Amino acid sequence: MSPFNNLLCMLLGISFTVWFTLLLVFIIVPAIFGLSFGIRGLYMKTPSCSLSGCIIAKEPTSLEEELKEIRRNGPSPSTSEFEMSDTFYFCRRGIESIVDDEVTKRFTAEELESWNLLTRSNYNFQHISTRLTVLWGLGVVIRYGFLLPLRLTLAITGVSLLVVFTTMIGFLPNGRVKHFLSEKVHLMCYRICVRALTAIITYHHSENKPKNGGICVANHTSPIDVIILASDGCYAMVGQIHGGLMGLIQKSMVKACPHIWFERSEVKDRHLVAKRLSDHVKDKSKLPILIFPEGTCINNTSVMMFKKGSFEIASTVYPVAIKYDPRFGDAFWNSSKFGMVNYLLRMMSSWAIVCSVWYLPPMSRQEGEDAVQFANRVKAAIARQGGLVDLLWDGGLKRGKVKDTFKEEQQKLYSKILVGTQENRSRS
Amino acid sequence: MGLQGWRNVLALKTSKNNNRAAWQRAFPVPLSHSQITRLYSRFHSLDKGENGALSREDFQRIPELAINPLGDRIINAFFPEGEDQANFRGFMRTLAHFRPVEDNEKNKDLTSGEPLNSRTNKLLFAFRLYDLDRDDKISRDELLQVLRMMVGVNISDEQLGSIADRTIQEADTNGDMCISFSEFIKVLEKVDVEQKMSIRFLH
Repeated sequence: MSPFNNLLCMLLGISFTVWFTLLLVFIIVPAIFGLSFGIRGLYMKTPSCSLSGCIIAKEPTSLEEELKEIRRNGPSPSTSEFEMSDTFYFCRRGIESIVDDEVTKRFTAEELESWNLLTRSNYNFQHISTRLTVLWGLGVVIRYGFLLPLRLTLAITGVSLLVVFTTMIGFLPNGRVKHFLSEKVHLMCYRICVRALTAIITYHHSENKPKNGGICVANHTSPIDVIILASDGCYAMVGQIHGGLMGLIQKSMVKACPHIWFERSEVKDRHLVAKRLSDHVKDKSKLPILIFPEGTCINNTSVMMFKKGSFEIASTVYPVAIKYDPRFGDAFWNSSKFGMVNYLLRMMSSWAIVCSVWYLPPMSRQEGEDAVQFANRVKAAIARQGGLVDLLWDGGLKRGKVKDTFKEEQQKLYSKILVGTQENRSRS
Repeated sequence: MGLQGWRNVLALKTSKNNNRAAWQRAFPVPLSHSQITRLYSRFHSLDKGENGALSREDFQRIPELAINPLGDRIINAFFPEGEDQANFRGFMRTLAHFRPVEDNEKNKDLTSGEPLNSRTNKLLFAFRLYDLDRDDKISRDELLQVLRMMVGVNISDEQLGSIADRTIQEADTNGDMCISFSEFIKVLEKVDVEQKMSIRFLH
């Protein structure tokens, strides 16, 4: 039965790929190229630094340097502690962050330099020319009339096959056959899902693919990340059990091979989570765990703080960098704006999801390094490979407030400068 | 740049914002097309409630501002007396204080009133940061409160008190134990206000 299904999948895959390639070559690519030359002339003149807000140039001076500079010309530079002009630094920094800050823009989709015919990625939509509107209209017809129904069918096929086959495999006794079949089924179904999204993925450095007993960490942009990685290798997923369709899929998947699903109540218990992960990792026959340490979806222009939990487990870490090309369809899931279903529909009605996946060489915690430092080292490697900005801010800021400790640090720094001057005074 | 030019620039898909037209008529801000558009787009992205105005919570959502010791005072500068909403006009007005002073403007004798980003107006912005009750003078209490915001819990009350006393003593010339705006200007006459209270707009 298995070879037949593989054949079926292959045929489906091939016919779709051929069909889509024709579509791409004869309609989409000329349209896009034709547009790139047309748009730049018609479109408003955008400043060269149009991506992600370059309205102002920020001064990179520190508090200490700046205060010294301001005070240099002040009334009594050497002897006084506090100057009324000390507020200028904080004032300017505050205004700079109001005009442009590093964090809030990571939680909305990236802005594109030139339009890709999707109204969703054009924030300043205005009627520029009839030609452009006609092309956009044609794009809509193609995307919603042809691509979406086809992709929906594929998606439904893929998911149903996954549920049905994994349940069937679940009846087999544990052993090599079960493991082999489960691997094939998972790969096949994920590949159908990849076709369903028309994801064009380039894998780099496959020799570094995660091995059993390891933990795979990657930057998180959308739920599609899982499908992209799982269609190239087998992983044990980690996550919370949901209700509904997701829950059904999760329950049937775990029958075929061991994934780590937590009840909602268990998620809060850090020790329990860590224990289950370590147990899984120690068993070399089990698949590598796939974890997204940011904890939330970021818009693929930066990598935010990695939560240290997954780095405390003693195991090899296989970092993976995923970078999407936003020109064909933005994959970022803005969960405060769109629900999951809405998001998937938008994904399936984009042109394509184009991305690159880099498998980085495995890393382990070194002597004298704690979990946080290790996490930052891995994060820096992923950011460097993917061409993303490496930020220390917590992805949780999407929903929550920033901790007061950061403000207290700033206050401490300033106090040191004030008191420090006093110490110099008393010494002289 | 003429009024029509601005109308074209700002013909964004949200045509429901009447503030913009009124603002354009009443208050031209010398920024370029792209700068104004980007600032409007920034205003829009901060406006989570999508009602054309920003509340204090909208500002607090910016992490870098929330950790700024003077964050609350800066946010307050955007809200006129007694109001809870800042519209785009107010937003632009306040930000206009931080435009750099261009060389050809420095010596110009302006008949249409002083521009918002003049040295005096920048100093006024800084003065208002201290003047909590908006009575045009900085009392010892107000100075202490602002100092407390900047140092947190790291300096004792006595030490802070003596800093405040010394500052008022040095600045106060008319003996009312408060710092008026003209005394404030005198104290800071040698400081390069133009450079320190400006942000560099690109393009």
